[in-house]
This record gives sequence, structure tokens and C-alpha cells, in this order.
Amino acid sequence: MEPTSRNFHANINAALANPTLQQALGKLTRGFPVKRLEAAARLPEFEGLRDQARDIKNHVLANLDFYLEQFEMRVTDWGGQVHWAKDADEARQAILDICRKVDARTVTKSKSMIGEEIAINEFLEENGIEPIETDLGEYIIQLRKEPPSHIIAPAIHLSKEQVAETFFEAHKDLPEDRSLEEPRALLEEAREKLREKFIGADVGLTGANMLIAETGSNVLVTNEGNADLTYSLPRVHIVIASLEKIVPTLEDAATILRVLARSATGQEMSVYTTFCSGPKRPDDPDGPEEYHVILLDNGRTDLLGTEFQEMLRCIRCGACLNHCPVYKSIGGHAYGWVYSGPMGAVLIPSLIGMDEASHLPNASTLCGKCESVCPMRIPLPRMLRAWRKQQFTRKQSSGMSRLVLSLWAKMVKTPPVYRFVNRHVIGLLALCGRKSGRFRWLPLAGGWTTARDLPVPQGKTFMDLYRDGDGAAP
Amino acid sequence: MMSADSPNPGPHIALFVTCLVDLTRPSVGFASIKLLEAAGCKVSVPDQQTCCGQPAYNSGDNPDTADIARQVIAAFEGYDYVVVPSGSCGGMIKHHYPDVLAEDTAWASRATALASRTYELTSFLHDVLKFSEIEAAYPKSVTYHDSCSSLREMAVKEQPRNLLSKVNGLTLTEGEEAETCCGFGGLFCVKYPEISENMVDAKVDDILATEANVVLGGDLGCLMNISGRLTRRGKTVEVRHVAEVLADMVDGAPIGGPTASPRREKA
Repeated sequence: MEPTSRNFHANINAALANPTLQQALGKLTRGFPVKRLEAAARLPEFEGLRDQARDIKNHVLANLDFYLEQFEMRVTDWGGQVHWAKDADEARQAILDICRKVDARTVTKSKSMIGEEIAINEFLEENGIEPIETDLGEYIIQLRKEPPSHIIAPAIHLSKEQVAETFFEAHKDLPEDRSLEEPRALLEEAREKLREKFIGADVGLTGANMLIAETGSNVLVTNEGNADLTYSLPRVHIVIASLEKIVPTLEDAATILRVLARSATGQEMSVYTTFCSGPKRPDDPDGPEEYHVILLDNGRTDLLGTEFQEMLRCIRCGACLNHCPVYKSIGGHAYGWVYSGPMGAVLIPSLIGMDEASHLPNASTLCGKCESVCPMRIPLPRMLRAWRKQQFTRKQSSGMSRLVLSLWAKMVKTPPVYRFVNRHVIGLLALCGRKSGRFRWLPLAGGWTTARDLPVPQGKTFMDLYRDGDGAAP
Repeated sequence: MMSADSPNPGPHIALFVTCLVDLTRPSVGFASIKLLEAAGCKVSVPDQQTCCGQPAYNSGDNPDTADIARQVIAAFEGYDYVVVPSGSCGGMIKHHYPDVLAEDTAWASRATALASRTYELTSFLHDVLKFSEIEAAYPKSVTYHDSCSSLREMAVKEQPRNLLSKVNGLTLTEGEEAETCCGFGGLFCVKYPEISENMVDAKVDDILATEANVVLGGDLGCLMNISGRLTRRGKTVEVRHVAEVLADMVDGAPIGGPTASPRREKA
């Protein structure tokens, strides 16, 4: 998708002015955090599991080449094929080549953030192949031609009335007078429509929650079972995954699964957890005849050895979005690209460049809630600061703010000047505002006073009062 | 004379006043001194202090941050402890100075040493001094706002509440979202006022839902933000720093109320 992160202020204003979105966000951010807390409380070793999960991924990132090669070897042993893709172009081309080889007309697809990242749907459509999203949320936003607004709840920004409207629009073959008021009716209708597609598809495209090096398997986690129908019914199964999804062993995958759903939705496990290893064997009753894994880099190896390496531990659970007060205010679309929330604010600049994404690392109070709930203990605030440091060092922040900052710093570093200037500024403010105790407006303070009053200083500064009362401060 | 000639045998504290207290609300500094002295400490206020450097640090300006950190370390390292009436500035000294100066061989160990002796005010009184002789009366219904940095960087949660439980007449009603960010975030609130407004509105709604008359907290940045939004919305809930209540120094106007310059109170 075309990024709109540059228009962040406009995106924010649109989000804040959208009552349906605000209501949905309120519901989401009240629901998931409570459920996560309850799930964590039921599992005494939860905090220890977070440490283990972090350590597993740290080990992987230190030995990424070894495990990727092991994974490829195992997949090949099963009769599958690994395709290495340096960037989105290569990944899209690899998928198209496989589809062309089997003369595919339709591709069913289960939810994949990498699919969003490489905009595979648009690409397949351009090449005459029909992609069909089979996750309910993804199906809805595909019909509406919208990007996902949350990494695990892609249509969270919509009300059920909006979904009904979309279905009436899209499913013209169904009676116009049918009732779509109940969520159940919406679900049944989507299921009905998708069944036909599942059976007719030539290729099934899935993501991967993990790739397991020792077994050459991909792990699929869903609540709808759509991934299972997506990969098992068509003749060809293509897995699209970024290369940091690798874990060494089945045991490691089990450890990460124990923190994944608990952190995401507060479930102990998601409803469906599937391990796929290669194509169907001669005596298997069903399964795909071909098994392909597209391993996408897309800039990730550039993060290795940098301040951002730890971001590659992310398992896309969405906990940082669910708990983020900024995400709660503006939702996912405002971030302007595929990812959102704190993980998006860290990841997006590395994927689409800082010119486009310059607002994202700055639009955070660094409150630290995200890090406190991240199952992989990713220090997200530290990385947001690291981006700011890079912006400052490369002079990517605005000239005006750099000038103001530099003058302020000079003053702070010269205490007598700092005191002299502030004594007069504060004295004047106190004198002007003494009566009401607050300013509703003040020159140069527009950023503050648009939303709130500015409390008036008490009068003299502490340092002056302290001196006056005490003689010289020691 | 309360600092230099104090007969107290307790630890010698360097008070980091913070720029917001220095400039806008000196009463918080005097309340901190009163509490520390009541707990048996000798308190000094190093003259070379200005700001902890957070605006620079959070803007990615590490060179200026490092200069400011070195200035603070030099001014504060000659004391037993550094105490700060703010989790945010305390967290800056305790966690971020060592990070910023990690590569500076001459200063890294000095930064770590100072960090290990730096505390937020209420946690220092409660955890280090085991102080509980609060002599204060405040017959009001209050709620408490946990600042993000106090809560998540300085592990401050129960300490102010335990101390407040000793205040005569005070009843505490917790807000459901007491631990949620108020939307201040330093320069964030002026760079992204739309988001900040949404966040502080949620905070104000949560405060109003407790039906408390007063909101207390340990970080002046949050408190000015919350007070500013409360008065803008025409609400009469008072806002104060927790130190003022604990020190029984509540005669002056609350934050955002009509002011009279405070005078130092003898302990």
C-alpha cells in the first residue's frame, strides 16, 4: 500500500473525528488488556516464560544463518522448496511464478502481515489472479479496499452496521431483504461465501507465526480455522514469512505459543494451532501437492547488530497496540502503513524510510506500558528514542526545533544565565496570571493552550526563595 | 538555618528540585525539605542545578544530554543520596544518565554511582528511611495519579499511598485508570496536542468518575497537564503534589488556582 505516514497530523484528526472508530478503540483497549491480565494471573510461570521467549529469539538472532539453513534443508527433505526473497519485489515475483506454473486463477489467503507488507493482493490482481482473504476481518477489509487497522484484529475500526452495509454491497446475488443485524448472520454469510472459494482455489497462501528449524515446519495460529482450509484444500501451499520468524526447536515453538495467545487475546491457546511440514506424503489422504516457503528479508538483516535488532524478536501478538494510549486515541490507520502502535512506530521507519515515517517515533509519551506487556520484552521506548537520536544526528528533525533546543541547552548548561532569565520570565508570568491562577492563552504556548490552561507559576523561583530564606545555598 | 547547621545525624541529602518545581511550584521543594528533615536528614540544595536534560534526551540530542548529565553528576555526587520530588527526573538520573554516558570512560562509573544513590521522594522516605511519622491533616477525598516514570522506571506505587494513609482525615479512592499515561510526555503534548488532549480527557474522565475532590501525584508535569485540562473543562477538582499534603503545606492555592508566593516553613 501507498504509505500515508507523512500526513500523520491529518490522519490523527480524521481518526479523532470518527466516532465509530473511537467507540471501537475504547472497546478494544478495555477488553484485551483485562483478558491478558487474567490469563497471566492464571499462569504462575508467565513472567518466567517471557524471559525464556526473549532468550530463544535472542539466540536465534545471534545464529540466524545457521537456523535458516537448517530450516531450508528440512523443508527440502520433506519435498518442499524454500525461495529466498531479498525484498518485496522478489517475494511477489516468486509467488507469481509459482501461481503461473500451476495456472492458478484464484488464491485463497489466510491472514498474513507479510502479505500486507508486500501488498500481494494488489499484485496478484494486476496479474489476473484473484486473491481471496479468508480471515473474517481481512475478508471484510478486502471488500472495502482498506488496510488492516490492527495486526490481529484487522477490521476493529468498523461497526457491525458498516460490515452489514459492505456485505449488502458485495453480495448482490443474495436477497436484498435478508437481515444482517446480528453478528452471527454476518458470520454465516461470510462463511457461506468463503466455502465456495476454499473449494475452488488453486493455491493457498498463508503466513507463518513461526518457522521451526529442526522440523522444517511452519506454525499457523488462528481462531477461525481458515488457515487450515486455506493450506489443505488447494493443490499448492505457499507460506510467506519474514526470516526472523525462525525458532530452533518444537520445544521453543511451544514456549512461545504459551505467551503468544495470552498476550494477544488472553486465551491460553488460540482455537487452532497447526504445524505444516512439507507437501502431502504418498499415503496421506489429503494435503497440498506442492509446498513452498518464501523467506523474506526486506531490510530485516540490516537491523542485525544495530540498536533495533531486538525488534526482530516481535511475534506480532498486538499486546503493545492494545495497551498503548496513543493507539487507543488514533487507531491503526493513522500510522499510515501496514503496522501500527508502538511496534509499528519502531518498525515502519526501517521499512519505508524516515522521510516518510518521521512522525511515528515522536508521537509517543514513552510511557513504557508497551514494554511492560511485551511477551518478548522488547524495549520499545528505548528504540523510539534511538530513532529520535538518529533523526537528530542526521539533522532530520525540524531546523526550528533544533535551534530552540540548542538555545535552551546552552542556558541549562550555564546556571547563572538560566536563573537570571527565568527569574524575570517567571516573575512576569506570575504577575500577569496571579488573579485567575491559569492562562487560557499565551503567546508561543499554542501547543499547550489549545487543549488546556497553563497553571500560573507561584511567583519567585524555588532557588531564589531558598537563597532569600537561607543566605547562600551550600 | 536548616541545612548547613542542622544537628541531624541522618544522611546528607542533595535535593534535586527539578526545573518545573523550581520555576512554577517552589512549595513542592519546601515540602520535600520539610519531610526529609522531619525524617532526620540533613538537606542541601546544590546551586549548580537547572534541569535534568530530559527535553534534550527525548529529542534525540544526546551530546547536550551528556553535557547536562555531567553537570548534574559533578554537583550532586558529594552527598549520601540524591532525592527528587519527581519520578521522571529521578528516572532520568537513575536510568538514563548511565546509558548516555556509557561510552564515556571518565564519567560512566560516576554516572552509575550516582544512579545507585538516587531516589524518588516518596520511595526514599518509605523504603530507605522507613519514615512513617506523617503529621498532617487533609480531610478530603483524594485520588492518585501514578506517573509513568514513577511507576515503571522507579517502582513507585504503594509508597505514596502508604504515606497518605497516615494523613488525618484523608480518604483515597483509586481511579480505574490510575496507571494510564495522562498524555503529558514532555514535548509530546505540544507536538501532538490532538492526541495529548484525547489522552488527558480520558484521564480527567477517570478522575471525575472517582468523585474525589482532589487529585494527587508525584510528578509536576502530569499534574500541570491534568490541572490545565480540568480547569479548561470547568471542573473544580483540585490538583496538588503529594509532598504538599504529606508535609501539611496545603495553605497555598492548588495547581492552577489563584496564587500567593509561598514562604519557607520552619520544620
